[in-house]
Amino acid sequence: MGPLVVLVAFAVVLFILSQPFWPDQHERAAESETLLRADLEAAKVAKYREIRDAALDRDTGKLSDADWRTIDAQLRSQAVAILDELDGLDHLRGRAAQRDELHGGDLIPTQWPTP
Amino acid sequence: MDLLGRGLLILGLLVALYGAAVSVVGARRLQTAVGPGTATGTTGHGAAWVRSGRRAIYVLAGLAVSAFVLVEIAFIRTDLSFDIVVSHSSKSTPLGYRMAAPWSSQEGSLLLWVLMLSLWSSLVVRRAGRRMADVVPWAQAVLLALAAFFLFLLVFYSSPFRLTPMPVPAVGEGLSPLLQYPSMMIHPPMLYSGYTLFAIPFAFAVGALIAGHVGSDWIRHTRRYTLGAWLLLGIGIVLGSRWSYAELGWGGYWGWDPVENASLMPWIIGTAFIHSVMIQEKRGMLRTWNVSLILLTGILCILGTFIVRSGIISSIHAFGSSTVGWQFLTLLGVMTFGSIALVTWRRPLLRSEHRIDSLLSREAIFLVGNVVLVLLTLVVLWGTFFPLLSEVLTGKQRPWASSTWGWWVGPLSLALVGLMGLGPLAAWRKTTRAHLWRQARAPLAVAILTLAVGSVVGGGSRLVVVVALLLGGFVVGAVGQELVRGARARQISTGERLPVAVPRLVGRNRRRYGGYLVHVGFAVLALSIAASSALKDQERVNATVGDRFTIGGYDLRYTGAIGDYQLTDGRIDKLILGSVVEVRRDGKLLQTIRPTREYYPSMNPADGPVGRFFAGEASTEIALDAGLTRDLWVAMQPDGEALATVLEALDDRLRDQPTRFAQGGQLALNFTELYAARPSGVTFQVIVSPLVTWIWIGSVLMALGALLAMWPAPDLQTRRVRAGQKARVARDVRYPTEQPL
Amino acid sequence: MTRTLRLTFAIVAAVTLAAALLYTSFAGSAEARQPSQMAGAEANREYRLTGVVVRGSVKRGRDAVTFRVRDRKGGASVPVTYTGQIPDAFREGREVLVTVRKQGTTYQGQKDTLITKCPSKFDDGKSGGEPKMRWLDGSDRVVKGE
Repeated sequence: MGPLVVLVAFAVVLFILSQPFWPDQHERAAESETLLRADLEAAKVAKYREIRDAALDRDTGKLSDADWRTIDAQLRSQAVAILDELDGLDHLRGRAAQRDELHGGDLIPTQWPTP
Repeated sequence: MDLLGRGLLILGLLVALYGAAVSVVGARRLQTAVGPGTATGTTGHGAAWVRSGRRAIYVLAGLAVSAFVLVEIAFIRTDLSFDIVVSHSSKSTPLGYRMAAPWSSQEGSLLLWVLMLSLWSSLVVRRAGRRMADVVPWAQAVLLALAAFFLFLLVFYSSPFRLTPMPVPAVGEGLSPLLQYPSMMIHPPMLYSGYTLFAIPFAFAVGALIAGHVGSDWIRHTRRYTLGAWLLLGIGIVLGSRWSYAELGWGGYWGWDPVENASLMPWIIGTAFIHSVMIQEKRGMLRTWNVSLILLTGILCILGTFIVRSGIISSIHAFGSSTVGWQFLTLLGVMTFGSIALVTWRRPLLRSEHRIDSLLSREAIFLVGNVVLVLLTLVVLWGTFFPLLSEVLTGKQRPWASSTWGWWVGPLSLALVGLMGLGPLAAWRKTTRAHLWRQARAPLAVAILTLAVGSVVGGGSRLVVVVALLLGGFVVGAVGQELVRGARARQISTGERLPVAVPRLVGRNRRRYGGYLVHVGFAVLALSIAASSALKDQERVNATVGDRFTIGGYDLRYTGAIGDYQLTDGRIDKLILGSVVEVRRDGKLLQTIRPTREYYPSMNPADGPVGRFFAGEASTEIALDAGLTRDLWVAMQPDGEALATVLEALDDRLRDQPTRFAQGGQLALNFTELYAARPSGVTFQVIVSPLVTWIWIGSVLMALGALLAMWPAPDLQTRRVRAGQKARVARDVRYPTEQPL
Repeated sequence: MTRTLRLTFAIVAAVTLAAALLYTSFAGSAEARQPSQMAGAEANREYRLTGVVVRGSVKRGRDAVTFRVRDRKGGASVPVTYTGQIPDAFREGREVLVTVRKQGTTYQGQKDTLITKCPSKFDDGKSGGEPKMRWLDGSDRVVKGE
C-alpha cells in the first residue's frame, strides 16, 4: 500500500510543480506594473506610519519643533513621491478618474502647530 | 506505514532540492531581465521558475504535515513496530504526552523543524504575493535549502520511520517521566517555532543582499515574523525554566546549562536586531549592523539545535557518538562563511547616509543597548563554550561556576534595564541636558518611591536588589510618563476624554506602546530574578512523622506518609511515596501540602524483581505554595538506606523463585501500603524565595507587549490610495516647507 | 570626537572586556577532572569531578548517597560520598559533575553541588548498553487480564 501512495504522491507533486511551465498556463500575471504597485503600497503604508510616529514624537517632546518640521516635510514629500508613482501606474491603466473619492480618514494628523 | 513515511521524506527532500534550484534559476533570470536593485519583475520564464519554486514550498509543507501525521498516528496507537515509539512512549503514557512524545526524540524533533519551517515559509511567500519580487526568490531558495538539510538528516541519518529490531517488545519504554509535565509538551514546538521563524528574516536578509535590494523593504516585510520568532522563542524559554522550577526537583529556574543557553543566545541577538532595525527605518543608518545581526541570529538558531543535538558541550567525546554532529558543523560553517562573504561583497551598498549626531540622542541610546545585548550574547557564547575551549587548549575542562555567570549577566542585564528607562526619554538626533533633566524628573521620583516602598515591604538590603528596584521603578516611571504625555497630546488635538484617549493612543501606536509594555515586563522580570536569587531561604531537614521545623517564617509539620501507586493495563506504571505536611504561618494553618516522589520501574532485570520498581527514573513532585510576595517550595526524599534495606530483603525472599518477576510487582505494591502506615525518615528540601511569581508575571507582560506590537492595524493594511488623501498630504507639505530646511 | 579617538576608545574597551572575560573565565571556573586525572589529588582541596556514574554502584543512605564515578571512556573510577540535594535525573549511567574533597580513600561530595546532565537533551539510547527487559508476555502484570 505504502509504495503505491508514494507513487501517487509523486505524480501529484510532479503535476503541481510543472504546471507553471505549461504553455497555456503562461499567464501574464507577473506584470512588472503589479509587482511595482505591491511594493509601492507597502512603502506608502510605512511612510504614513513614519509621519504619524514623528508627530507623536513631537507631541511627547521627543522632537523639537524645528527638527520635526524638517523631518515631517521630508517624509511628506517622500510620501507624495510614492503617491505620484502610484498615480503614474493608475494613469497607465486609465483608471485614475475612478480614484477621486473620499480622503482616507485620520491616517495623517490634521493638527498643525501655529507657526 | 514505514515505507510510506520514508517515501514521503525522500520525496520531500527531492522537492526541497528542486525548489531551491528553480528558485535560484528564476531569481537569476529575473535579475538579468531587469537588473539588480529594482523591484520590478518580468513575464516569461523567470517568473514561471519562481512560481514553481514557490509551489515547491507549499508541496513540501503538505509532505511534512503528512509525514508528521504518520508519526503521530504511530504514537497515538503505540505502534511498537517503530523504534522511535518503543524508546519514547508506551501504552501507559497518557494520550496527551503520547502525542507530544515525538519531539522528545531526535528524529521527531528534526521532523518538527522541517514541519514548522515549511509552514512558516508557505505563509511568508503566500503573503509576499507580488511584493519584493527580486528578493523573494532568493529567500525561497534559502528556506528550501535549510529544509533540504534537515530532510537530508531525516532520510539518511535519523529516520523516524526506522523499524524496531526483532523481537518486538510488548511494552514501550515510555516517555521520560521528567518530560511528563504540561508545559514540556509545548516547550519544544515553541522553541522550534522561534528558530524557524527567525529563519525567515534570515532568508530575506540573504535575499536582499544577493539581489542588492538592501533598503528597509525586507525589514518591513519580515517584521512580524521576527517579532513572532522573538515571542515564541521567549515563551519556549520561559516554559523551560518554569519546568525546571516545578519539575526538576532542584528548586531553580535557570542553571546556565548549555541547552538553556542555546536557546537564549538567538533570543538576545534577535532582541538587538528588533531594536536596531528601528534606527534603519527611522534614519537609514546601521544597515551593515542589521544584516549582520539577523545573519548571526540565524546562525545561532542552528548552533542552538547543534548544541542540543550533538552534546558537544558536555564533552568533546560525546560529539563523536552523535549521529548528526558533523552535518550540523558543516551547515554552520557554510552559513557563517557565506554570511561574511555576502556582507563583505555588499559593503558598498550598505553604507549609510547618516551618522549619529549626538551621544545624547535616542539612536545613540538604542545603539548602546544594542552593544550591551551583543556583549551579553558573546558572554553567554563564551561561557557556554569555555569548558570545551579549555579542554581543547589545556586538556582540562573548566566549566564556569554559577557565580561567574552572575558577575557578567547581572550587571549587563541591569544596564539594559537602565537603558530601557533612558531610551524613551531622549529625543531623536539630539537632546539637550536640560531637556533630558525635564524628562527624567518624574521617572526618577518614581524610581526613588519604588525603592522606598520596596525597602519597607521587603526589608532587603542587598545591592543588586536596590539597583534593580531603582532601575525598575525608573523604567515604569518613564513608560508611564510617555503614556500620559501621549494621551494628553491626543486629548488636546481630538478633545477626547482620557479613558477614550489612552486606548486609542495605544491602538494607533501599537509598535511603540507594545514595545514599552515589553520593557515594563523586563523590568519586573529583572527585579524578581534579582530578589528571588539574592534573598532566598533554603534548608534541608531530616524528619520523622510528627517533627516540626521553621523556615523563612513558615512553620511546617510532617504529619503523615503517603504510599500509593498507579497501574495501567495491569502493569505498575509508577509507585508513589510522599509526605503530608501542614503549613502554618503566625500560628494559622495555611494549607496542607503533599510533596511526593514517584518511582518508575527500570527495565533492567539485574535491579531485582522488587528493586527494579525503584531503580528506574524517579521524579520529585514538589509541593508549591506560590504567592505574590513569596513562594514556598517543598520537595521530599525518603531515606534511601532504609528503602534499600527493605528492597534487598524483599528481593532476597524471591531469589530462587521461578516466577519472581511476576511476584515482584505484588510485593512492591504491598511495600507502598506498608510505607504509608510505617514510613521511614525523610529529607525535606525547603526553599522560601520572594517574588518568584513575578518572574512569570513579567514574562506574561513581555509576551502581551510583543503581541500588541505585532498585531496588525487593519485600517492601514486595507486602505487604498485616494486622490483626496494625496492632495491633503501635498497641501500639508506645502506648509512646513515654507520653513527653512 | 574624531574618528581615530573613537576607534582607539573602542579598541581599548574591547581589549579590556576581552581581558576581563578571560580572567574571570579562569578565576571563576574550577577544573573539572575525570577520575583518571584524580591520581595525584591532594587531601582537603576542592576538585570538580566529572564522569559517568558506575552501574550498580549507587547506594543510598539516610541522607547520603555513595556511588562511583568513572571516566566517560575508560575504566578508572573513584568512590564518592555525597550529601545534599540529588537531582531527579541522577541515575546510574548518567553523566554527573560534583565538587569533591579527598578524605582518606574516598571523596566527599560538597553539599548541593551534584549536577546531572540535563535530561531534556536528546539521549540516543543506542550508544549506552543498558540491558533491557523486553517483556514478551504478560508475566509482569500485577492484575490479571486486560
